[in-house]
Amino acid sequence: MTSSARAVLALALLVAGPAWAQGDAARGRAIVTNRQKGLCLLCHSGPFPEERFQGNLAPSLAGAGRRWTAAALRARITDSQGLNPGSIMPSYGAVQGLRDVAPAFRDKPILTEAEIEDVVAFLLTLDDE
Amino acid sequence: MRWLLLLLGMAAAQPRSGTQDMSRELQAMQADDSANPGMLWMQEGEALFQRREGLAGKACADCHASLAGVAARYPAWDPATAAPIDLAGRIQQCRAERQQAAPLPRESEPLLALTVFVARQSRGMALAPPADPRLAPARARGEALFRQRRGQLNLSCAQCHEERAGLRLGSALIPEGHANGYPQYRLEWQALGSLQRRLRNCMVGVRATAPAYGAAEYLELELFLAQRGAGLPVEAPAVRP
Ligand code: HEC
Ligand code: HEC
Repeated sequence: MTSSARAVLALALLVAGPAWAQGDAARGRAIVTNRQKGLCLLCHSGPFPEERFQGNLAPSLAGAGRRWTAAALRARITDSQGLNPGSIMPSYGAVQGLRDVAPAFRDKPILTEAEIEDVVAFLLTLDDE
Repeated sequence: MRWLLLLLGMAAAQPRSGTQDMSRELQAMQADDSANPGMLWMQEGEALFQRREGLAGKACADCHASLAGVAARYPAWDPATAAPIDLAGRIQQCRAERQQAAPLPRESEPLLALTVFVARQSRGMALAPPADPRLAPARARGEALFRQRRGQLNLSCAQCHEERAGLRLGSALIPEGHANGYPQYRLEWQALGSLQRRLRNCMVGVRATAPAYGAAEYLELELFLAQRGAGLPVEAPAVRP
C-alpha cells in the first residue's frame, strides 16, 4: 500500500467506521493452520496442539492478540515487507514488486482482504502467552 | 598461534552436507549399498555404459575406462558450445555426437542412470570446481540468482539456505542446500532425481516460475552451488526425506 493509499484508508475509517466486513475467527484459524493457504505454520509456531511440525523461523503467534491491535495485525499481514523490507514474511496483500511469479499465482494476493480480516479476527483471540 | 586461528577460521567456514542433518536411519540407508534405492539406477547405468548404441555402434565403455573424479569437477566449460556444461549435459552430448544415438531427455531414466553411474565413481572425492576463468561470469550470475527474491512468497535461496540453515520450515529442516549428493534418491519423489529437479522444487515452493530442464539459469546455479560446496565429498546417490 502506498502512503497516500494508507492516508485515504485512515480517513475513510474516521468518516465511515470500518470499511472491512467483520472477520470470522473460526475461518481465520482454518486459514492460519492450512499449510497451502495461510502458510503461517511453515514459519511460526502457536497454540495449535493438534498441528505437528510447526516452523521456528519466526516468533510464536501465542499472545499476538494481546501484543497487537487489529490495525497492527492487519498491517503486518497485508504488507510485512512494507514495515520491514528485510522481512521474510510475505506481504499477503501484495501483487506488485514481485518477480517470476508462477502463472497460477500471478496478479493475485496470497490472501484476499476478507481472508486477512478472518486471520486478524482469529489472532485477536490469542490473548494468553 | 596464527596458524591455529587460521585453522579454526577455516573450520568455521566448512560447508555442511545435507547428509549430516538427516535422521540416523536415512544416513544408514544412504551409506549401505544394499539399502540405498539409488543403487537400482546405478546398476542400470552400469549396463547402459557397456551397451553399444547409435549409428556409431559404440558403447561409453569403448571410449572410457574409469571416470573417477569427473563428477567432482563439473559443471565445466564446454569449448564446443562456448558455454558451461553439467555432467548430464556432457553425457547427452557424448550420446548425440560420439554414439550418434537418439537423444536422452533430461530427467529420463536412462540419463539419470548413466549420470549416477558416472557420479558414483567420484564418491568420497572433494568437490573441486574448476578455476577456469571462462566459467566466472556464469557463476556470478548463479550467485545473483541465489540472492534474488522470487515468486509470490518473495523469498531467495540465500534467505533459507544461508541465513536460516538448521531451522525448521514446517516439518523440513532447512539444509545448507549443497549439490554434492546428486543424482539423489528422494523418498518424497519415490525416485532418483537430478539437482535441477531439486532446484525446481524449491522454485515451485516459493510459487515462482521454474525454467525448463536444461535452461541456462540452472547451469548458473549449479556452478555457484559447486563453488559454495567446494571441499564437500561427492555423495551420489544421496538419500533424502
Ligand atoms: C516465510 C515466513 C513467514 C510466514 C509464512 C509468515 N510469517 Fe509472520 N512473521 C515472520 C517473521 C520472520 C516475523 C518477525 C518480524 C519480521 O521479521 O518481519 C513475523 C512476524 C509476525 C507477527 C508479529 C509477531 C510478534 O508478536 O512480534 C505476526 C502477528 C505474524 N507474523 C503473523 C503471521 C500470520 C497470521 C501468517 C500467515 C497468514 C504469517 N505470519 C506468515 C515470518 C513469517
Ligand atoms: C522457503 C525456503 C527455501 C527456499 C526459498 C529455497 N529452498 Fe532449497 N530447500 C529448502 C528445504 C526445506 C530443503 C530440504 C527439503 C528436504 O530435504 O526435506 C531444500 C533443499 C535444497 C537443496 C538440496 C540439498 C541436499 O542436501 O540435497 C538444494 C541444492 C537447494 N535446496 C537449493 C535451493 C536453491 C538454489 C534455491 C533458490 C532457487 C532454493 N533452494 C530456495 C528450502 C528452501
